[in-house]
Amino acid sequence: MSQAEDIESVDEDGVIESVSGPVVTATDLDARMNDVVYVGDEGLMGEVIEIEGNLTTIQVYEETSGVGPGEPVQNTGEPLSVDLGPGMLDSIYDGVQRPLDVLESKMGSAFLDRGVDAPGIDLEKSWEFTPEVSEGETVEPGDVVGTVPETVTIEHKVMVPPDYEGGEVVSIEAGSFTVEETVVELSSGEEISMHQEWPVREARPAGDKMTPTDPLVTGQRIQDGLFPLAKGGTAAIPGPFGSGKTVTQQQLAKWSDADIVVYIGCGERGNEMTEVIEDFPELPDPQTGNPLMARTCLIANTSNMPVAARESCIYTGITIAEYYRDMGYDVALMADSTSRWAEAMREISSRLEEMPGEEGYPAYLAASLSEFYERAGLFQLFNGDVGSISVVGAVSPPGGDFSEPVTQNTLRIVKTFWALDADLAEKRHFPSINWNESYSLYSQQLDPWYRENVAEDYPEIRQWAVDVLDEEAELQEIVQLVGKDALPEDQQLTLEVSRYIREAWLQQDAFNDTDTYCEPEKTYRMLQAIKTFNDEAFNALDAGVPVEEIADVDAAPRLNRIGVAEEWNEFIDDIEDSLESQIRELY
Amino acid sequence: MKEYQTITEVSGPLVFAEVDEPIGYDEIVEIETPQGDTLRGQVLESSDGLVSIQVFEGTGGIDRNASVRFLGETMKMPVTEDLLGRVLDGSGNPIDGGPDIVPEERQDIVGAAINPYSREYPEEFIQTGVSAIDGMNTLVRGQKLPIFSGSGLPHNDLALQIARQATVPEEEEDGEEGSEFAVIFGAMGITAEEANEFMDDFERTGALERSVVFMNLADDPAVERTVTPRMALTTAEYLAFEKGYHVLVILTDMTNYCEALREIGAAREEVPGRRGYPGYMYTDLAQLYERAGRIEGREGSVTQIPILTMPGDDDTHPIPDLTGYITEGQIMMDRDLNSQGVEPPINVSPSLSRLMDDGIGEGLTRADHADVKDQLFAAYAEGKDLRDLVNIVGREALSERDNKYLDFADRFEEEFVEQGYDTNRSIDETLEIGWDLLSMLPKEELNRIGEDLIEEHYREDDGETVEAAAD
Repeated sequence: MSQAEDIESVDEDGVIESVSGPVVTATDLDARMNDVVYVGDEGLMGEVIEIEGNLTTIQVYEETSGVGPGEPVQNTGEPLSVDLGPGMLDSIYDGVQRPLDVLESKMGSAFLDRGVDAPGIDLEKSWEFTPEVSEGETVEPGDVVGTVPETVTIEHKVMVPPDYEGGEVVSIEAGSFTVEETVVELSSGEEISMHQEWPVREARPAGDKMTPTDPLVTGQRIQDGLFPLAKGGTAAIPGPFGSGKTVTQQQLAKWSDADIVVYIGCGERGNEMTEVIEDFPELPDPQTGNPLMARTCLIANTSNMPVAARESCIYTGITIAEYYRDMGYDVALMADSTSRWAEAMREISSRLEEMPGEEGYPAYLAASLSEFYERAGLFQLFNGDVGSISVVGAVSPPGGDFSEPVTQNTLRIVKTFWALDADLAEKRHFPSINWNESYSLYSQQLDPWYRENVAEDYPEIRQWAVDVLDEEAELQEIVQLVGKDALPEDQQLTLEVSRYIREAWLQQDAFNDTDTYCEPEKTYRMLQAIKTFNDEAFNALDAGVPVEEIADVDAAPRLNRIGVAEEWNEFIDDIEDSLESQIRELY
Repeated sequence: MKEYQTITEVSGPLVFAEVDEPIGYDEIVEIETPQGDTLRGQVLESSDGLVSIQVFEGTGGIDRNASVRFLGETMKMPVTEDLLGRVLDGSGNPIDGGPDIVPEERQDIVGAAINPYSREYPEEFIQTGVSAIDGMNTLVRGQKLPIFSGSGLPHNDLALQIARQATVPEEEEDGEEGSEFAVIFGAMGITAEEANEFMDDFERTGALERSVVFMNLADDPAVERTVTPRMALTTAEYLAFEKGYHVLVILTDMTNYCEALREIGAAREEVPGRRGYPGYMYTDLAQLYERAGRIEGREGSVTQIPILTMPGDDDTHPIPDLTGYITEGQIMMDRDLNSQGVEPPINVSPSLSRLMDDGIGEGLTRADHADVKDQLFAAYAEGKDLRDLVNIVGREALSERDNKYLDFADRFEEEFVEQGYDTNRSIDETLEIGWDLLSMLPKEELNRIGEDLIEEHYREDDGETVEAAAD
């Protein structure tokens, strides 16, 4: 964030007219819409959200207790922006990109005080800059001029800012620089440093959007196996409280094969963010083995932090994601939860006494949601590279009712829907993603990838699993009425098979060191093993073996142990062999 | 300090007054009625020339001649270690006839948010002695775990049992006396009878001397309820983070608190959210619930057990719903179990402790805890599902396996959950009961438990005798 003192043309100060919670009005303030202002004697950060004649309405990102009319309001003349440059990874920010560790030392307290500002990236720190272009070459906006080793995992690319003209490189030098020092001079007179600023509410420009063809491999069986998300795709995870939204989001942040993860804790629990802060530096990144934090940027606006900053944290996060996308990386952004963001909009809107839409949400809710999700995608970049942003938004519908406005408006946009189910959560079936309600519209376009990289018959065996689960759902209705034993034998056997699909395959223990991550090959082979059981069992049934005897073979319950088996390849081979021999022995 | 006699409007709990100097948002106001009573209030909205004031004690007796004084500061709580053992009203004034409180500090009751970076992740197991909590939904230090109850259910007995029995077994073994344990009790709109129940128990067990009690009773002004929990939590934070106490905060009943919020919102003619509750109720509740936790480098901790009664036992009602999204789980009381006489009537299935997984296991509780818990949950859920079926087709129509699950579910309620309010079970006892019950099921059914743990704990004999009995 630019410091108050940096501003070149400080416009005339305004005067506070009224204060009501996070909404402050001021008179005589010469400001544009969305300009950042400093409010009151303490200089609390705020943003202009309405202008009416001489009266300007401001949402304040900090607690306003004690602020009164008559105090000054200072305009910075700039919209809410983020600082972009090396040092964003391995950081934890609040909703307006103030680093929380810096705030702690600046405030000298474990509690968040007011009126303290800090830049989003360390302006003092020197980085080792390696040129990628040489003098005399011509560069255009988006082109990479050099690299900086940002973390052990990620090479930060210094680019020509998108709002530059570009031109011939006049001077470029390798060496150690701070983010504000010029590393490249262009013939146009423009100077490039490692530091860029970008207004958060504006999408960073990029080339054309393309159709995603690669999956975001998550290491979670139900997601990779049944409802895949594409790199550059969008997904929503709605679910009532206690259904495991946050654990699901964190699993994605930990195990998905993105290059960069931006994790936004929007209006969620403080302890949860602390868990992420404590765990991520310890956990290895599944691709590189380096600490997870080396590819992660955290944004934490806990539920008791000021509501206006909750509204902005989503934008802060997606802008940072776009910046790394411009470098050609695959970025995954998790927003937990978008409902809190929508509620923040509602709260501000009601303080402005705007005419409410459905359930008190502002009429522009749908537009804001779609604007946000549209910033995801697989992009052809200006510099010829390809980068993607995949967005996974958690939704917290009141009372678990999916017909409410945030869930409904989200579902109209996203293409993958992972519906969390309270009943499954009560049975401690985790991840409690309901397989009958969830869907992924990416399955078709990702099939070629799965055929090529996992197994030729992957789509077919997935369809087999879906069919068995569908059949089970129908049979369960009958079972509820007459009991299982009243069903014909083949249907009883189907129930037995689907039980293994549910318990051994769909269920996955996030807290078990082995089971927490399941590579696509293992996901495939586990299902293959259950199918082996299915095929052998039905052959036996046709040969007249009673269903109880088939279900009782020793090898069958071992299917449940594959998830936690480390040497899974051998383990599965062994199970398949014993299933075959044991069932065939029966006839 | 200027005095104004400029009240222009009195409406419900709100008073509007004209002023000729700037007044800060949230500032404290004193209003003196012509009868000589002094009422306290808080600035809800401040604009040039006009302020709206929310009066805690109710606006009765205020007329346009009443005088208004602005104290120039926001609401503060006088805090000191001497508060332990004291009983205060909902605004923090002593009502136990004891001496005046000499504060060491006066702290703002609107607490600042704890920087997530400065927090320490809670993972110290608190043994409450209640199997349904310790075994299935473990409480840890620094957690906020509400009790979702309904009118007429014994949530108070459970809260008292937890307050009495809560210990950290590890520290007891080490003989550590380093950090003391304190209870803060914040009552909002509970009846005098309920209040007596709590006070009697506190006095009987000698708990009062390590407690601070804030009492806003049902006939006290409703608006005062909006400050009571903030007073209580400010005291808790002071004792925990500055004096090193492990503080357990019991807030009851949050439903009354939310009703008070709604009342103020309606009086201010705000656009209402769901069921008339204000749109900012999530933020407001979060500002209370989030004041729990641990801070790196500090001794103490704040653990919260808010109690709320769900209107119509409906957990999708805005109050339990928003609470559930903020707190780290919930303990659900169940009317059916209560009428079966199970004490405490905790329904473990919809109950949840989000911080459990990091607070249990080897070195914390026991290596088999997580697996046993998962298996108990799954088996109990299966048994309960079968109950519906039994009503239709009868027990004889079910397989032997199904019958075992049915028996399991019954015994789980009768032996594991049921224990009475005076039994204090150690975590070992709780888990052993768990194994007793699981051993009713054939070994192969225990698919959530590691094979080595089954070897170690499974009761071979029990399993067979039960099987024999079933035959």
